[in-house]
Amino acid sequence: MHDFAYLRPRDAAEAVALHARHRPGARYFAGGTTLFDLMKLGVESPTTVIDVTRIEGMHSIDASRRDELHIGALAVMSDVAEHATVQREFPALAESLWKAASQQLRNMATVGGNLLQRTRCAYFRGAPEFACNKRVPGSGCAALEGQNRGHAVLGGSEACVAIYPGDMAIALAAFDAMVDTVSPRGERAVPVRELHRAPASTPHLETVLADDELIVRIRVPRGPVGRASTYHKIRDRESYAFALASAAVAVHLQGHRVVDARIALGGVATRPWRAIEAERSLVGLPLTRAAARRAAELAFQGARPLAHNAFKVALGIETVTDALMLAKERS
Amino acid sequence: MNFPRTSQPGEDRGAPSLRRRTFMMTTATGAGMAAARSAAAADSAPAADDPYQGTQPTQLTVNGTHHALKLQPRTSLLDLLREQLGLTGAKKGCDHGQCGACTVHVDGRRVAACLTLAVKADGCAVTTIEGIESADGTLHPMQQAFIDHDALQCGYCTPGQVMAAIACVREGHATSDAQIREYMSGNLCRCGAYAGILEAIREAAPVMRRLEGSRHA
Repeated sequence: MHDFAYLRPRDAAEAVALHARHRPGARYFAGGTTLFDLMKLGVESPTTVIDVTRIEGMHSIDASRRDELHIGALAVMSDVAEHATVQREFPALAESLWKAASQQLRNMATVGGNLLQRTRCAYFRGAPEFACNKRVPGSGCAALEGQNRGHAVLGGSEACVAIYPGDMAIALAAFDAMVDTVSPRGERAVPVRELHRAPASTPHLETVLADDELIVRIRVPRGPVGRASTYHKIRDRESYAFALASAAVAVHLQGHRVVDARIALGGVATRPWRAIEAERSLVGLPLTRAAARRAAELAFQGARPLAHNAFKVALGIETVTDALMLAKERS
Repeated sequence: MNFPRTSQPGEDRGAPSLRRRTFMMTTATGAGMAAARSAAAADSAPAADDPYQGTQPTQLTVNGTHHALKLQPRTSLLDLLREQLGLTGAKKGCDHGQCGACTVHVDGRRVAACLTLAVKADGCAVTTIEGIESADGTLHPMQQAFIDHDALQCGYCTPGQVMAAIACVREGHATSDAQIREYMSGNLCRCGAYAGILEAIREAAPVMRRLEGSRHA
């Protein structure tokens, strides 16, 4: 692996200034579980690594506000998964974290970095003999006609069908969470639902963030939608695997009827995927298994399976249906 | 993890080519030469051609011993431990955080040493499998339980399994078989010694709790 310069800022302003000074080729680096991995594979090759993990004040989880839970971008996945407020008020978020990776990796990976986790598409990860528009823009997509069992049935394009691999972002999308960022242009807030781009013709552009923009915190709204939630994740093996299909689901019932429903899909789409039409179909109805099933089918109405992944449509429908029933039990 | 890896992990292309692993794999008269090489490696003074020598000052305490190092930033904690400090207990299985064979503790928490930049551990305390037995040589209760329950066959994954298992108990995740299975899933055993590993942790957990109190990692 190539060598690089290593810098360790003490605050976010210094990190942003260092990035500006070392462009191009500078990358923010937190847990390293994605970036160091991809550097070993030759997929990523920053010339300057800016280790942000010693920045003070970005590691804590703050549950003192009535309206929102604040999670510092440098909080590690294992700490957020075990946090009492997260477990009590947002079970889907806690589950999305402990069902991801291994405890070793969750002790390293930060939630800010986890949002930006890059795809596990084998053609993207260090297979230079294969075309990949994400790795080399304009080179083509080997997955379209290749081994695409693990690829997307929703949100793909002629340029890319790679899965967004993360779990936490699916739960955060369901809860309408926000990310706060800082850059040389100042601070801004971005809804998690709008953070990731569809691949369209530019799959190498994965988020709306600029390369010098640093995530500083995640904010999760506290309200009636949260406690009755689950992250249901179906995998090839029971633990320590990426999702074949997953659903972050939350419901708010009054009496037997649905007042609010959230359905976000993972493992089946190119980006965290909210199924808005499916959610609306449930509002005002008693949450029966039949209604859940109809909503799940709506969520996959626009699916475009490839040669090897048609099973994901049927699996995804079952996953969403079961998730809705699990969430109902918690209401 | 859904897909087979289609190429080998990136090698240190700029580094000198004489590495213990490649040396042993490419030398016909392997045994005697390899013994001489590993005896040389046991000397603590780094060789002039040390591929990890760099400019980034890094202070580490490893198993209670302080090291003041200058490192190339690309050096993984695993390569530092194995190749420079001579601690070959932590194993390089996949080198991509997928197998758990490199598990060590950094400031009391288990991590994948292969995906940890050594320079990021500056100022931290690292514990490896070499650092868990008592001063008098008595094995750690988890090590003893692995032996008692045949929790290994080839032994390659065992140092990582034991370090993960100790952390699993200290985290409070060894309270049921289901919890142990879930929180040990990051450590693969190709020999399939999982039943013995589960029994070993189940037995060692209360012993550890008695010795250590119910602390958290």
